[in-house]
Amino acid sequence: MRNELTWVVGGQQGEGIDTTGEILASALNRLGYFIYGYRTFGSRIKGGHTNYRIRIAQRPVYGIAPRIDVLIAFDQDSINRLAGEMAPGGLIIFNGKAGRAKLPPGAGDVRLVEVPMLDIARELGNPIMKNMVGVGVSAALLGLRPEDIEPVLDDRFRGKGGNLVAANKEALRRGYEAARSALGDTADVLHLEPGDRRRRYLMTGDEAAAFGALAAGCRLVAAYPITPASEIMHWMVKKLPQYGGVVVQAEDEIAAISTVVGAGYAGVRAMTATSGPGFSLMQEVLGYAGMIEAPCVIINVQRAGPSTGMPTKHEQSDLFEMVMGSHGDLPRIVLAPVSIEDCFYAAVEAFNLADRYQTPVIVALDLALGLGKQTVEDIDFSRVKIDRGQIALPDDLNWDGGDFKRYRFTESGVSPRSLPGMPGGLHLATGLEHDETGHITEDRTNRVRMMQKRLRKFADIKDVEAVRYEGPENPHVLLIGWGASYGALREARERLEAEGISTGHAHVRLLAPFPADEVNRLLSRATHVFVAENNALSQLAALIRQHADAADKRRLRTINKYDGTLFLPAEIVEPVLESITPVGVTAKEVG
Amino acid sequence: MATVTRTAKDYRTSAAAWWCPGCGDFGVLRALQEAAAKLNLAPENVVLVAGIGCSGKIGDYFRSYSIHTVHGRTMPVATGIKLANRNLTVIAAGGDGDGYGIGLNHFIHAVRRNIDITYIVMDNHIYGLTKGQFSPTSQQGFKTTSSPAGTADRPVKPLQLALSAGVTYLAQAFSAYPDHMAEIIAEAIQHKGFSLVNCISPCVTYNKVNTYDFYKEHLVNLDEDPDYDPRNYDLAVETVRKYDELVIGRIYVNDTQPSYQDLLPGYSKEPLVNAKLDYEPEHWQQILQEFA
Repeated sequence: MRNELTWVVGGQQGEGIDTTGEILASALNRLGYFIYGYRTFGSRIKGGHTNYRIRIAQRPVYGIAPRIDVLIAFDQDSINRLAGEMAPGGLIIFNGKAGRAKLPPGAGDVRLVEVPMLDIARELGNPIMKNMVGVGVSAALLGLRPEDIEPVLDDRFRGKGGNLVAANKEALRRGYEAARSALGDTADVLHLEPGDRRRRYLMTGDEAAAFGALAAGCRLVAAYPITPASEIMHWMVKKLPQYGGVVVQAEDEIAAISTVVGAGYAGVRAMTATSGPGFSLMQEVLGYAGMIEAPCVIINVQRAGPSTGMPTKHEQSDLFEMVMGSHGDLPRIVLAPVSIEDCFYAAVEAFNLADRYQTPVIVALDLALGLGKQTVEDIDFSRVKIDRGQIALPDDLNWDGGDFKRYRFTESGVSPRSLPGMPGGLHLATGLEHDETGHITEDRTNRVRMMQKRLRKFADIKDVEAVRYEGPENPHVLLIGWGASYGALREARERLEAEGISTGHAHVRLLAPFPADEVNRLLSRATHVFVAENNALSQLAALIRQHADAADKRRLRTINKYDGTLFLPAEIVEPVLESITPVGVTAKEVG
Repeated sequence: MATVTRTAKDYRTSAAAWWCPGCGDFGVLRALQEAAAKLNLAPENVVLVAGIGCSGKIGDYFRSYSIHTVHGRTMPVATGIKLANRNLTVIAAGGDGDGYGIGLNHFIHAVRRNIDITYIVMDNHIYGLTKGQFSPTSQQGFKTTSSPAGTADRPVKPLQLALSAGVTYLAQAFSAYPDHMAEIIAEAIQHKGFSLVNCISPCVTYNKVNTYDFYKEHLVNLDEDPDYDPRNYDLAVETVRKYDELVIGRIYVNDTQPSYQDLLPGYSKEPLVNAKLDYEPEHWQQILQEFA
């Protein structure tokens, strides 16, 4: 019996591989297992390898595991690609007849069993149901019963016409029986300890962020389709009409952010969601929003760049652009949620911060956070508090018909804003430098005061979790990361601790304004510091160095991975161990 | 409550216009102020969305809520404002470079969506503020600072583009006739759906070809033609082609198309800015169950 294992289904895109994974993940969630699900896919619709990986555990899991225990392979290509990742004693179920599949050389201690899943589906009259046969096979391997899966099929196929529910249940059962007869009891070793059947929730970061935005009062989304952010628009378009809201599928990302800024200026909580190429197109309007002090929220689900890069692959290489992008000295807030669950809370915070500081707020997701699927124990909706910031009250307005001082110099730098429709609030909002009423001016004194007003707005930024820290007060090793690498770093810390090395893990959640004091305090308490991130130019490390004390700057070492895949814990642990052992201490840069 | 009657003066700001003496944009500003007065619009319920360029300065001179966008993006900004508060009168204004050059993409999409905004293009066939380069509407062969040997580019035909994109209100007016322009702008504002008023607004400094005299000589006023029917799409297409777009007056009017706001499923009938945002945790708990 196992309390944790990794199951993978692989095949060609467009064959329903995702559906197989989705159904199994959903069933496992209902049985009370903790799930981390991750899709590997290509930038095409039909054809090309795809796989869906589910880590199943009895405790919360935040990332992928290094080894695969069960692989359902619908083609030889899946075996060729994934056999090397199999755990000793792992099992590959191949779709086909005996003797057809081949293990690549060096596959090690792996058992290969053929189950003719497609043939069974054909017998049932619908070849696409091979996926459901595969789910049945998986149920047998994991020690589940078809009845454990059936409620998911009821929910998924009910109302889709015909006898879809019954047909899928039959395919499920046939797969289950075929696996039982092919394997007998010999696969019992892969059976899961029973789940606790507690009610938990399975969601992607894109869904969590969209949900957070909706709960925060977002009522307008304007976006242009892009991998891996489109799911945010898809979720919102199902929900917003029930709240009177609207999704605009814009003609491009410039239009998307412009529409959002227009709506934000007029008082509606609005956002756009995009990825690197789209975010690049938004840069000018991002600066404009900062200059006219219009609240807006941009979710950037990073993918591998530069340029079109690898659209379906994970990376964290937009940090510089999010923190520093757009011309001029631009105030902005960048929040990077640390988990899929945190995508919800970060989205809520983003709208409050945008209103409170009248500024663009970027929520930095990455592909693994956006599309990864994770068990969420619960969401604390009492934490959803809506703060619209300083919207002008009647007393603030200018009733004598003169210009309203929309950009009034205030101590905090934030000025009460009037919304179109408010009498006494007329003003000009312009991206040109302007005076307190919004009128255009290049007066030198005004310029300096206005710049300072905009840039000092965040001086009092608080009640934002800027860094999530786990570990001892004065760790020997400090691991620093951001975004989806939380899981790998967390497990790396556990392993280093298990080796007797006192280890801390700091996950930076607020990238701008940068929490320099907090990060410096952590740096000063650690002996060795490693910044691990999914990019080549060590962008987070560079940001830390920009703010770190001189001595600490030199102590930073970097661990980089930019091959499009997530960190595995060992990829953190190994370079750390190598580098902190006496031989390795000679200022060796890792990665 | 006493009825307020407004005049053009009510739409003037304290800022002094810095357009060159004789600039066509003065006529457009005056016409817009007259149109607003004619409709007795409360300035706080009007948002003027201005582009970048000489013409974009109009936002500083017209008294209303005024938002001066980045170059070329008046259409999506105006769309966001209108969707945020459908009770507002949203008027976009900008030049031919702003609307038919850098912003052409957005222009076509705003037209085809039929969002209920009015777009005033101050078309002078030249880039003025950057000192006299040819614009997307400049005629082929036009000699400018960026085309000393004459431009190779053929001009954009905004009226034909708008017609092909499904515009529901299309008119052209001339700065030298601001009363006529005011009448048209007022009508365009009242139109439910997208309205384009292309305003011929000569640049007296950089454009020595498309001058007031040139237009006075060539423009045909369709409003004075008893046989012209602006509800006839085919006639509109034929007419703008026949006169190479040198027409003024109502070119095409279609009141039968629903506007974008009316086609959006679930979109609030009340201004979205007033939508309820706060829901009890129990409400969100129900949505959370969809993930179980």
